[in-house]
Amino acid sequence: MASEQPRVIVVGGGLAGLAAAVRIAEAGTPVDLFSMVPVKRSHSVCAQGGINAATEPVKQEGFSEWNHFDETLLGGDFINHQPPVYEMAYWAPKVIDLMDRMGVPFNRTAEGFLDRRYFGGSVFRRTHFAGASTGQQLLYALDEQTRRYEAAGKVNKYEFWEFLWPVLDEDGECKGIVAQDMRTMEVKAFRADAVVIATGGNGVVFGKTTMSVICTGAAAARCYQAGAWLGNPEMIQVHPTAIPGEDKCRLMSESARGEGGRVWVPAVKDESGEWKPHPDAGRHPNDIPEHERYYILEEAYPNYGPTPRHGNLVSRDVATRGIFFAVQKGFGVGGGRMAYLDITHLPADTKEKLAAILEIYEKFTGDDPRHVPMKIFPAVHYSMGGLYTVYESDYDQPKFLTDIVPPRETKESDPSKGPHPGMVNGSPWNMMTNIKGLYAFGEVNYQYHGATRLGANALLSCIFDGLYCGLSVVNYVKNVVTNHAADMAADVFNAAVADEQAKIDHLVQNQGEVNPYELHRHLGEVMTDACTVVRTEQGMIDALEQVRDIKEQYSRVRLTDTGLWTNQNLSFARALWDMILYAEAMLLAGIERKESRGCHYHLDYPDRDDASFLATAVTEYDPEADEHTVMWEDVPTPLVQPRIRSYGKKETDDEQGGKKKAAKKKAAKKVARKKSSKKKSTRRKKSSAR
Amino acid sequence: MNASQSTTSSTKTPSTVRIKVKRQDRPDTDPYWQPFDVPFVANANIISCLQQIASKPVTADGRRVAPVAWDCNCLEEVCGACTMVINGVARQSCSTLLHELVSDGTGTTDEPIVLEPMSKFPVLRDLFVDRSRMFNNLKAIKGWVPIDGTTSLGSGPKEDQASQDMRYALSRCMTCGCCLEACPQFTFDNDFVGAQVIGQALYFNMHETGAELKDDRLEAMEAPGGIADCGNAQNCVKVCPKELPLTEAIASVGRQTTVHAIKSFFTGK
Repeated sequence: MASEQPRVIVVGGGLAGLAAAVRIAEAGTPVDLFSMVPVKRSHSVCAQGGINAATEPVKQEGFSEWNHFDETLLGGDFINHQPPVYEMAYWAPKVIDLMDRMGVPFNRTAEGFLDRRYFGGSVFRRTHFAGASTGQQLLYALDEQTRRYEAAGKVNKYEFWEFLWPVLDEDGECKGIVAQDMRTMEVKAFRADAVVIATGGNGVVFGKTTMSVICTGAAAARCYQAGAWLGNPEMIQVHPTAIPGEDKCRLMSESARGEGGRVWVPAVKDESGEWKPHPDAGRHPNDIPEHERYYILEEAYPNYGPTPRHGNLVSRDVATRGIFFAVQKGFGVGGGRMAYLDITHLPADTKEKLAAILEIYEKFTGDDPRHVPMKIFPAVHYSMGGLYTVYESDYDQPKFLTDIVPPRETKESDPSKGPHPGMVNGSPWNMMTNIKGLYAFGEVNYQYHGATRLGANALLSCIFDGLYCGLSVVNYVKNVVTNHAADMAADVFNAAVADEQAKIDHLVQNQGEVNPYELHRHLGEVMTDACTVVRTEQGMIDALEQVRDIKEQYSRVRLTDTGLWTNQNLSFARALWDMILYAEAMLLAGIERKESRGCHYHLDYPDRDDASFLATAVTEYDPEADEHTVMWEDVPTPLVQPRIRSYGKKETDDEQGGKKKAAKKKAAKKVARKKSSKKKSTRRKKSSAR
Repeated sequence: MNASQSTTSSTKTPSTVRIKVKRQDRPDTDPYWQPFDVPFVANANIISCLQQIASKPVTADGRRVAPVAWDCNCLEEVCGACTMVINGVARQSCSTLLHELVSDGTGTTDEPIVLEPMSKFPVLRDLFVDRSRMFNNLKAIKGWVPIDGTTSLGSGPKEDQASQDMRYALSRCMTCGCCLEACPQFTFDNDFVGAQVIGQALYFNMHETGAELKDDRLEAMEAPGGIADCGNAQNCVKVCPKELPLTEAIASVGRQTTVHAIKSFFTGK
């Protein structure tokens, strides 16, 4: 049989998936695009605030791509790999230009150029935006370009199809997927020479989240069970400002603070000048005088950024802890779990730029945030961790990368210039998982954001992955693949379909008493308590015990719908298994990471420990033994040396100020120790999930 | 019926709410009605009621039935998935809050909340409909900006704030279908494109590079099912959850189409 033209499958139709589809189709390689929802309804629409780039005017204000790169590392607390972050930051202005050319209605200055706003974790105005629905606007532009290729027959869309499993050949290379039509329930295998997973985050593991209902992490967890590794699954972003709700938590964008919004709680100062919770908890916020408003972030971080109010824009993990601890100390609005996000003082035209989110707040709470401060609380928002991926660069690779990425044949860079600090453009290995031919782009990819993602870097990393690494996929299917999927015998595909069908039959016929929705609620509560803002060793160990119990109960799950037409119950219950496994990986990596770093704030180990944990928690799953293994891979730091994050913190602060000084001393000690004893670059440690 | 008419300030909170759902097992089977009682929770929306029904699909008269199927994703009124007809009005079920709909008193029987699938699209199951017609129509009007490619070629065209304002407003269309459900001219089986696509035609025609395909779009607008079928009922603009300037768009595309038709007549193209 003659070899057909190589094909690529993209799973997921958000920013990363669509950017990849467009880039790959543009290079002449046909794409089959799978999505659980019409791609225009993907979760990227929920991104509000903007997209970062050191464009020309930003540079003239003294900020550069290097600053963007550096801030992203600082936000990530230095466990992001530096070459990919470097490439992303330096590529960012090209992404803005491209999206501008595609017709994204970015906000404009009076003269008609692109407007910019401040955003979290940055002291520069480098965030480009379209109102407060930037993700929606960017997604639509890529949706339109995808439709163009679809009309030309270069992209085939499979909407309302759920990814079930990657198909691997006998050499362990990915050659396609099994998917299910969510309407007819047909299960089918699709062949491809490379598969891009672009399925976003896993917030639904935590029950209530700002994420959409399809963001269960199931696709990543299925790849994980098929042999793909996870990177830093314990790194979960809790966004500082969301509206708590019955069915979900709704995001109130960081742009509210970027445009001048302030976070405060009602309080009163005692004789010593210390803030205390105000005894009258029930007052209307507009009746609270200025001297009884405790601006928690501004007071804690007075030296961050161009104005004293810039403390509202510290990195998200820091802001979240600020709000969380204030509420814990009794400062919550009405004594409850809420703080105020106040934009009432802003001028009308600034409020207009935030209209999209202010409307959401008003619709869901009934209060007009233009006149009454919003009540917000932190909520699970983004997965920094995800599928483990590799890349090619001019630097020596960490161990696991060299296991996967073959040594470079020729150094293409100009020797007079030294190594290129970013990735190798077009390398077939960029953002490939440890399974050959299986790529991970966007939020599902663990790269770029380390232990905390900065605001307005998500949209960038998703589009960047699709565009920049889309070329890598093309080069892989054209130049590396020898055993083409189209030429393979049908057995392996038929067997994969039979496996999935057997799982479905088992789930549909299971005669238990456990309700999958109630079990999911329980999982969400356990995970939210143990693995979000504040973590403790015992808390995570207990949670793991409870998740194992949930896993045991899962064997007795009974569906409320056993029909074979548009069975949403089946899809949910199936994903619940994957969420349980993902939860185990998060907890295990969280337990093993005996330090505090970024969002991983560990009460038993309050300091960052670079000597031991400037490393990726690479997690592997053995389905036979039902066992997770955490392997540690050191993160190389060829360009920037880790430094202490302070975000202009007030020196006299009792809690963290003292802690940071101690951390500095400790870090110095550890460096000394590191030098004396030559540490192995890779440590493997087994942690049974049993 | 307007949703706001049923909004009353309640003095006594009902403990449960009755929800009547129009159900349909498959595209080719007959619809039927089933009542469900769900606990009333302040600030809860229709989606959380449906989630409760999915978890415990037992009707008000105690029968175990298959759970209700519906379409949703973001739950914050930006993805456009969860449109359904709620008490006679097409709207997003995520942003429809219970307390807007229930009257005071017992709440259990006197005024049930009525959920129906949109009537202008084929039903897949229960409240879940197939809106691919909306996406296909975007293909027909070449709803994209014909860029040269993704390589870096500098910035896009400069744009004044007024134009950006209008394009941003049009670009918030989330393809939810409320405008089409409310439109008397858009029916289940005709080929009228409706306000959604007319709004998008204007959106792309307003962009300097997008306007390269303006003639193609206006030809699609002149074709059967195009803008001439609009009856100017203006229902679309009343139900649009994102308050798109749809009537302005229809007027504007109407003018563009007329100019284009006259030009084609004289140039013979």
